Amino acid sequence: MSGFNYHKASDVADAAGKSSSDDALPLAGGMTILPSIKLGLSDPSDLVDLAGIGDLKGVSVDGDTVTIGAMTRHADVAGSADVQQAIPALAALAGGIGDAQVRNRGTLGGSIANNDPAADYPAACLGLGATIVTSNREIAADDFFKGLFETALDAGEIITAVKFPVPAKAAYEKFPNPASRYALVGVFVSDGPAGTRVAVTGAGVNGVFRQGDMEAALGGSFSADALEGISVSEGDMASDLHAASDYRAHLVGVIAKRAVAAAAG
Amino acid sequence: MATVSMTVNGNAVAADVEPDTLLVDYIREHIGLTGTHVGCDTSQCGSCCVMLDGDSVKSCTMLAVQAEGAEVTTIEGVADNGEFHPMQQAFHDNHALQCGFCTPGMVISAIDLAAKNPDIDEAGVRRGLEGNLCRCTGYHNIVKAVLAGAQAMKG
Repeated sequence: MSGFNYHKASDVADAAGKSSSDDALPLAGGMTILPSIKLGLSDPSDLVDLAGIGDLKGVSVDGDTVTIGAMTRHADVAGSADVQQAIPALAALAGGIGDAQVRNRGTLGGSIANNDPAADYPAACLGLGATIVTSNREIAADDFFKGLFETALDAGEIITAVKFPVPAKAAYEKFPNPASRYALVGVFVSDGPAGTRVAVTGAGVNGVFRQGDMEAALGGSFSADALEGISVSEGDMASDLHAASDYRAHLVGVIAKRAVAAAAG
Repeated sequence: MATVSMTVNGNAVAADVEPDTLLVDYIREHIGLTGTHVGCDTSQCGSCCVMLDGDSVKSCTMLAVQAEGAEVTTIEGVADNGEFHPMQQAFHDNHALQCGFCTPGMVISAIDLAAKNPDIDEAGVRRGLEGNLCRCTGYHNIVKAVLAGAQAMKG
């Protein structure tokens, strides 16, 4: 480890203030930051722990919106009766992140602030048309994810919650990397108040993205058959030791059909 | 340096550590409990699993300062007055280890898994242990042990 100062934030304003310098980072569950620091990929001057801020945790349902606090752990989202009832696809997604120990520490806010191109939650946010609530504004998911590990967040801006509109239909399917359980390809589909959405994680060269051709086809008929013949551009796909771009492009089509079948079923 | 206090296996402990001290190093180096192992040190193998406030966590992927005030149980704390925990006994009965390096983490994860899923089946055990790697056994006896241990824990 590299040596850093540790602060336990008392509230959101305190956290925002203490993490406003370029070299400071907010600390949520730490499931990415801590391994990154250990590997020398990140070298913050200060870590600002959000764990003591009680009002960042929990799930609430208000009419057609499910609001999840940024520090709510994956295990708590997966086990929430409210989430299971309102958006079962979201509870299932949370229950499939990483392993049990990651789910016992990792948080919704930490995941989307990191915006790993193979993470699951960015697909849920984009695939449901969620709104990311921060310490000073609300950001539509469509405007939040800006590329690999990049978001619309400013330095010192703290995610406090995510608001998910309850869809009529939704499902998430992923083809996990068998070693890491990260999505080699993951597709979140939904139909509801935020329109017809197809969000793809794990595959895109610039991280999570919406697949417009599939959304248009599903807007006409929300069925797996409607996706027949739609090809995904290899040029937009990532290529690495885990999978080549042509394989990922093929998988996007396969996994999208499975997701639509599950949502429509 | 900061004084970090917590409860480990029912005992109040405290040590002065740097902020970047990992929980596993706090437990092993400062408290002197070396049953918790460091295998990969990259959050993958699960040898370092401990119970933290009722949930299994990887102690190589947590700072000691994050556990301030927490209740921690390590492998040394699961037996009851010299009697194996039912999950330890099940690992013994089913020969669920060879070299034994991963076993402390396996047992901790298995206790957490069985406590939360008393009627777990084989597929659930295999999925639930995704965060624990064993390089010796091929998992068959581990899975048998966890199923038996889960039954025994139901009492």
